[in-house]
Amino acid sequence: MVSTVKDPVLAVISLSGGNDGMNTVIPYNNPRYRDYRPTLGIAENLIIPITDQLALHPAMAPLKKYWDEGHLAIIQGIGYPHGSLSHFRSMDIWATCEPDELGVTGWLGSVIQDVDPTGENVLTGVNFGRGLPRSLAKEGVPVASVGDLSSYGLLTEMGAEAQRAEALDLFGRMYAPAIGQGAVDDYIRRTGIEALKGADILSTAPGMYHSEVEYASSAMGSYLRDMAQVHNANFGTRVMFTTAPYNIFDTHANQAVGQANLLQDVASNIDSFMMDLRQMGKSDNVTLFFYSEFGRRAMDNGSGTDHGTGGVAFAIGDHVKGGLYGEYPSLEPGDLEDGGNLQHNVDFRSAYTTLLDRWMGLDAKAIIGGSYEALDFI
Amino acid sequence: MPDQQIALMAHLLRRAGYGASRDEIEARAKQGYDRVVEELLTPGDDPGIEEDLMYRAYPSYFDKAAIETGQTEWVYRMINNKHQLKEKMSLFWHTILCAGDNKVDNARTTSIQIDKFRDMGMGNFKDMLMMLSTDPAMLYYLDNIESHKTAVNENYGRELLELFSLGVGKDGEFNYSEDDVKACARAFTGWNLAPTIPVFPYGRTPFEFRFDPADHDYGEKTFLGETGNWNGDDIVDIICKQPATARFVARKLYDFFVADEPPVPAWRLSAPRDMAAIESLEKAYFDSGYEITAMLRVLFTSDFFKDEGVHFAKVKSPADVVIGTMRMVGDHLEPKPGLFFVAMEPKYMGLDLMNPPTVEGWHMGREWINSGSLIDRINFASSMLGNTELPGVRSIIHRLMDLGESPSSQQFLDGCLDLLGPMQLAEETRGQLTDHLDAGGALKHGTQAEQAEFARRTGEALQMIATTSEFQFG
Repeated sequence: MVSTVKDPVLAVISLSGGNDGMNTVIPYNNPRYRDYRPTLGIAENLIIPITDQLALHPAMAPLKKYWDEGHLAIIQGIGYPHGSLSHFRSMDIWATCEPDELGVTGWLGSVIQDVDPTGENVLTGVNFGRGLPRSLAKEGVPVASVGDLSSYGLLTEMGAEAQRAEALDLFGRMYAPAIGQGAVDDYIRRTGIEALKGADILSTAPGMYHSEVEYASSAMGSYLRDMAQVHNANFGTRVMFTTAPYNIFDTHANQAVGQANLLQDVASNIDSFMMDLRQMGKSDNVTLFFYSEFGRRAMDNGSGTDHGTGGVAFAIGDHVKGGLYGEYPSLEPGDLEDGGNLQHNVDFRSAYTTLLDRWMGLDAKAIIGGSYEALDFI
Repeated sequence: MPDQQIALMAHLLRRAGYGASRDEIEARAKQGYDRVVEELLTPGDDPGIEEDLMYRAYPSYFDKAAIETGQTEWVYRMINNKHQLKEKMSLFWHTILCAGDNKVDNARTTSIQIDKFRDMGMGNFKDMLMMLSTDPAMLYYLDNIESHKTAVNENYGRELLELFSLGVGKDGEFNYSEDDVKACARAFTGWNLAPTIPVFPYGRTPFEFRFDPADHDYGEKTFLGETGNWNGDDIVDIICKQPATARFVARKLYDFFVADEPPVPAWRLSAPRDMAAIESLEKAYFDSGYEITAMLRVLFTSDFFKDEGVHFAKVKSPADVVIGTMRMVGDHLEPKPGLFFVAMEPKYMGLDLMNPPTVEGWHMGREWINSGSLIDRINFASSMLGNTELPGVRSIIHRLMDLGESPSSQQFLDGCLDLLGPMQLAEETRGQLTDHLDAGGALKHGTQAEQAEFARRTGEALQMIATTSEFQFG
């Protein structure tokens, strides 16, 4: 069933580096868990049970209420066949849906193009961060990359505001005419005008945003706050993407403290984001999906965990049907993949199919290059 | 009218390197064009930077635990290598003989490949292909380590022909057949890695090449019409003597140093922009026995390179934008904090060094520009050029003061453009900038207050020039 929400928005966060699924959603009643995690097992009195088998990491506490109200979907055992243990390769596979070839087209780039085929709105897709993440890359698709909304735009380092306004005005005049210096020059001038337009529009967002909600002061906090501001401003943005600092979830060592801090950062800021949208009365058309490129090894290494395969992803939103999807991977030694990794049982492209078919109302098959069974979280 | 010798020298140093300060351009122009070309072509084994000093300041460059460290070291070398052509050749080969750390996942191994491109970049093309075929990063990236006598993986064998040497076709003809791909792939079976050392607990160690005779297909193969028990080195021999290979190298050099050509897959059906130029480079390839230096000598001393029509006719790559700007303003000329942030800029602009999007490398020319990358290009260059504390900018301010007590806005603008290039702007753009300067009043620098204002307005003018579409070309 396709959602009937008008102008659905898809927000995606990548927990870059390989988040440890087993200590995020903890199989606390499985004796193997304690066997595998002699150092990193989370104490029974700290975990947040959500079923008689599973519990959330204590740092995930801010998201418990969404579980209780039925709007947090947990997709267990998510991955893809022959999971790559290379961060970069695996991130690319999640970004391009191409596990066998090196793909160049990002799935969200295709989403932006499907939503806005003529590229009329330069803000249909917005990345919060710098550069163009591969998930959003597609030839001919404009994407604004906002490192910091409050200072986003052209010539942002120019001192005085009046001077900058004058400079931008001059820029617009210099770029406006196609002056017949050749096709490439014309193209650059068109692109410059597009960039200026996008920046102009985005710069109005902070002025429209009035919120009491506090975000934790971290990169994630400021990106999600910027995301809320852009959504609030009704620019027609339908795809929003951000990522945790590059590879930060790669907790090979000192994971007990490290992962707790990272999850705390993510969970509290997602909670702020959701509360913010609700207070604005604009949460109805947003679904937030967050994932990591792989899970980690079942057994801890005494201080951290090494790269694994099957992991966990989440969807959260007013139209998300909360609950558990997929199955928790078996912890039986015979069921672990080589080297001691949890087997995946849900292909990440099934999660994408759900988001695209049922939420965005698009043809998922064309975007991700194949048919995958949708899950029921929408 | 800019001095023609200065303009030509600036063009040479922009293309055969990452540009230079005005002082260096003038000094080099005095040396004479041909002598400078010869100097660029014969750097010898000298690394061109004080490596001891670099490693002492940045010890992490030594083992490169993360690819960002390798990227930062490369950017340091790009800015500071006094053998600029040698340095630029490492980027040239990287954009063609692509391996990506996003798959290799061993920053040191990937960086060592770049070091080899730097060291061998102006040597013999045959040596280059042999190096490539035994390069651990490449063998890993293109799955040759998965290619076995009994189960051939064609990935490296195919790309060696399609993207690294012959190209798919020329003059309307195909350069090789599917059977040639199979024979080539069979010849490289057993070209593999030594067992790798686990990453934990001591971190990554570089991969090493190992030929495994037990996994090599010693059977007879027919490759490009020649039959024998070919091994990989025989294949490289046969490849190097093909006219298609001469065409490939010639066209790649022309594309990188002279004017944009379409990507390789289009080459079967699209003729070179300047066939005579390509033929002269092909001739140098064969006459010299595949020496890249010989081809570069022909290229840089040719009329087609010197021609004013190709000056500022290429869209700058992100490396040209970032490194060219740093060398122009004279920043990070010695170790100091903050280089990491500079080194990440090319990535924001679409050139993630050592992480090409695919084995085909980056699509260049106008494809460097999109609305996100253009903002980054403009903001980076204009923030550096607007910083009137930087030595290169200070030098421009002083030279502009030498124009006279109160230069007209026209003179002042011409002075800026001359010192930034010499470059030219379209009449319309000039008009807008002159109006803007006129609105700011006279450009005096008599009193101390006037000097400060003159410096500020120079910075602002340079910033505005850095925003123009013309500035995107190099």
